[in-house]
Amino acid sequence: MKPFAYANPKTIEEAVKLLGDAWGKTEVLAGGTDLVTSLKQNLTSPDKVVSLKDVEGLSGIVAADGSLKIGATTKLKDLIANAEVKKNFPCLVTAAESIGSPQIINVGTVGGDLLQRPRCWFFRQGYGLFGTYEGAALVPDGDNRYHAIFDNKGPAQFVNPSSLAPGLIALGATVRVHGPSGTRDLPVAELFATPKADTDREYTLKPNEILTYVSIPMKGLKNATYEIRQRIGLDWPMVTASVAYEDSGGKAANAKVVLGHVAPTPWVSDKAAAALNGQAVGEDSAMKAGAAAAEGATPLSMNGYKVHQVKVVVKRAVMASMA
Amino acid sequence: MAKTAWPAPDRRKLIGSYTSRLDGPQKATGAAKYAFDINRPDMLYAKILQCPHGNCKVLEVDTKEAEAMKGVAAVLVEKDARSGALPEITFAGDTVATVAAVTEEIAYEALAKIKVKYEVKPPLMDDRNPANVSGRESKTATGDAVAGFAAADTTIEGYYGLACVTHCCLEAHGQVCEWRDGDLYVWPSTQNVSGYAGGVKDTAALPLEKIHVDCQYMGGGFGSKFAADAWGNIGVTLSKMTGKPVKLMLDRDQELKIAGNRPSSYAKVKVGVKKDGTITAWDSNCWGSGGQQRFSLRTLPYVFTGIPNQNTLANGVITNRGAQRAWRAPNHPQGCLITMAALEDAAAAIGMDSLEFFKKNLSLTDKADIYAEQLDIAAEMIGYKQKAHLRGDKTPGPIKKGIGMSMHTWGGKGHPSQCSVTINPDGSVVAQLGSQDLGTGTRTAITMVVAETLGIPMDKVRTELGKNSYPASGASGGSTTIGGVSASSRDASTKALNVLLDKVAASLGVPKDNLEAWDGKIQEVGNPAKSVAWEKACSMMGMMPITQQGSNPPGDLTELTTDGVGGVQMAEVSVDIETGVVRMENYAVVQDVGLIIDMKTAESQLFGAMVMGVTYALYEEAIYDNKTGAMLNSDMEFYRLAGLGDIGNFKVHFMTDEKYQSRGVIGLGEPPVISPGAAISNAVANAIGVRVSELPLTPDRVLAALNQGGVA
Repeated sequence: MKPFAYANPKTIEEAVKLLGDAWGKTEVLAGGTDLVTSLKQNLTSPDKVVSLKDVEGLSGIVAADGSLKIGATTKLKDLIANAEVKKNFPCLVTAAESIGSPQIINVGTVGGDLLQRPRCWFFRQGYGLFGTYEGAALVPDGDNRYHAIFDNKGPAQFVNPSSLAPGLIALGATVRVHGPSGTRDLPVAELFATPKADTDREYTLKPNEILTYVSIPMKGLKNATYEIRQRIGLDWPMVTASVAYEDSGGKAANAKVVLGHVAPTPWVSDKAAAALNGQAVGEDSAMKAGAAAAEGATPLSMNGYKVHQVKVVVKRAVMASMA
Repeated sequence: MAKTAWPAPDRRKLIGSYTSRLDGPQKATGAAKYAFDINRPDMLYAKILQCPHGNCKVLEVDTKEAEAMKGVAAVLVEKDARSGALPEITFAGDTVATVAAVTEEIAYEALAKIKVKYEVKPPLMDDRNPANVSGRESKTATGDAVAGFAAADTTIEGYYGLACVTHCCLEAHGQVCEWRDGDLYVWPSTQNVSGYAGGVKDTAALPLEKIHVDCQYMGGGFGSKFAADAWGNIGVTLSKMTGKPVKLMLDRDQELKIAGNRPSSYAKVKVGVKKDGTITAWDSNCWGSGGQQRFSLRTLPYVFTGIPNQNTLANGVITNRGAQRAWRAPNHPQGCLITMAALEDAAAAIGMDSLEFFKKNLSLTDKADIYAEQLDIAAEMIGYKQKAHLRGDKTPGPIKKGIGMSMHTWGGKGHPSQCSVTINPDGSVVAQLGSQDLGTGTRTAITMVVAETLGIPMDKVRTELGKNSYPASGASGGSTTIGGVSASSRDASTKALNVLLDKVAASLGVPKDNLEAWDGKIQEVGNPAKSVAWEKACSMMGMMPITQQGSNPPGDLTELTTDGVGGVQMAEVSVDIETGVVRMENYAVVQDVGLIIDMKTAESQLFGAMVMGVTYALYEEAIYDNKTGAMLNSDMEFYRLAGLGDIGNFKVHFMTDEKYQSRGVIGLGEPPVISPGAAISNAVANAIGVRVSELPLTPDRVLAALNQGGVA
């Protein structure tokens, strides 16, 4: 680990001023569950680390104007314990609880979950974001069992690891981002982008911006998440799905189906949503939504099983939403 | 006069009791110091620069910038041992250079400043492809396989395999070295306290008596910590170069990459079977890889060695990963999975209940009576009668349940061991031996044996081990430790007691041959009325303590430890046939192990083996990249180990009838870890109606198998 300067600002304005306009020179520290290991493994070697720990107003959950605002440094444990979240957004509770590690749930943050870097083992072993060695891409012929089955024709074939993003996108949440010239709001879906260059990041946030809170409209949507995971304890899911829809007399309306761990970004399946909209929510529509979600998948050499798992997670997420 | 032989059942107070580890509190509070915890004044930290390529030649190593750094004390560049030139490297993670610095952080930073030029060559990583075999093949033939298969009503052909797994010791390998007054002091994490110094003596250029080894506690070895290893010798060299103590412990990723692995094994098997379940022939073609070490699996068919009409072929693939090391019951888990899975497939092919099939063929094993008894016990424990079904759970819904079973065998006779026991005039007792406690409870068991022999409470006995200055004792491998140390400590304490009895006899007016140590007293055999309290008896020895040496085998050649155990295990699993996820439900372990010293730590051995067994059955796999040769999951994130939520319910049963216990002490480290892969694989096949060919039984493999058939 390269020595770095450590800043502990008290206000968001101060924090933003400490950031630079290039990725990697400065890193933002929240819970640290990803950043600290990344520093130790030399995946990033910043000159400066800016801690958000003491920045005022970044933590906490408040209901206002028909939305629930969740501060970026709110711990996952506080998200899980919040009565409003429990009541309105079971899809987030399932996703956060399923992280499985009390240690990570106790220190990990909502913003950190959204902005953590991919777990792709080529990236983590030091072969860069796209996994290259001696000029050649490692993922296509290498062990790609956990890689993308959608949006994988470019150099990015890793999967987005966020537990909360699929649920937040399904719920129509937005994020507030603070930059040098003020704030901007954007839908969570637009926070993510598939990088074109391996020096890019996996999100549309700029290097000098900080995510300050997530805002979820409280519209009474039915919602649920289902994850396929090997272990009960700390583990990454193989495939996840979050669904949310308006319950219109037993039929789904304005449905959203978002998959996790299948693409370089959280993967919004319009086809699955279309298969649900206007249908009575039940096993039949759940299976049809699952089948629709798997359409157009382009599995790599070792991850064809994920296409099947997509059908199952969507079906089970829809079924869970009825509970 | 006290006899060396183990006491009769009614004369065992401590042996066989449920006794907690003596060092439990030290371990729980952190007072126990492991190699990682040893800190010496002015100590340097050494860190290794690993080669990222699986196959290459090191052309140039530029260490100038690293050496110029403040706080860097030494940089050692790896050279070929014979030629002295920069080395050829044959597995990723191998050492290119090592830095010793005043802090770990500076050492890491210095590593990043070393510039290396490599000539990179393609590595060979694919050990699943039998076309890659390069080792010497080993062939056996018994009977007439052609005739055997011709006599069969049904012949099954199957493919089975187990991935390479690592040892993944909780405590990584490494040591602290210090030179002082011309002697070398080493605190390693080792399974081989008495033999360790031999591995560094050439590097140290010292006679063995000047090398002092100390390992009081260690966090697991599983067969990977017998040698001093390259990093042991690097530590010695750096300490010599700098004149300072040097701590060199592997990081977690290095532990997984270079500190040992279990060979992969794959096999195509044919089994001929009659309708009534009689096995008529076996044919296996097996290959696998021990990395850089030649390997071929010669444990087929396993347990059912008496199958008539066999052909076996075994071969190896040399791959660009580190050399294999003994992994808890070397070659047995592989042989067990391949055999038990093939036989269970044969039973399924003729529509026969697995338990009935295995029982019918027990005459093909060398422990037919023991297995028969154990199969019945295990069946009772897991509720076989109520739950069993033929292959394929036909109940509706995606969750399918199944039961599978397996049998195993092991030796486990005690290794050569020496022990000295001192009885002090105040009645306190010290036992010393150059053995080691890997975390299994060796220290506790020795204390129990000595206290039992002397008829005193355990708190009067201090057991000292972990130093090579104590009487030599064997390395802890092959389940040989408990047999060795219990015998030598029994022998030594019996001899010491006899010296004491000699001194006490006259004052009690009882011939020494008619004295015994019992219940804190020296007494006439069976007569507490004629006795003297232990402390009083000891005071009669005057000022000189009694010290006696004992050994395994004991001087009078009494057999205190024997060989050969059998075990049966049954697993019950549930499989989600839509997601492919396997969950453990219940697991029954029945083990024959001779005389048990400490029932509690013996049970712990079974529980530990089960967690390890569930892990390699369901999760564990070393995954290497075929282009770079790098291990991709050298972390605790994708190198998955079972957690508490994943293991289901374990039930254990020891064969404690006197007919088993009278055989003497037999080791338990390896046997229980042999069967889990096979039992769990069979349970999954029983649940879903189709064999998942390879371990670990991950969802992708389960779904792929279901695509070929089964209940889905």
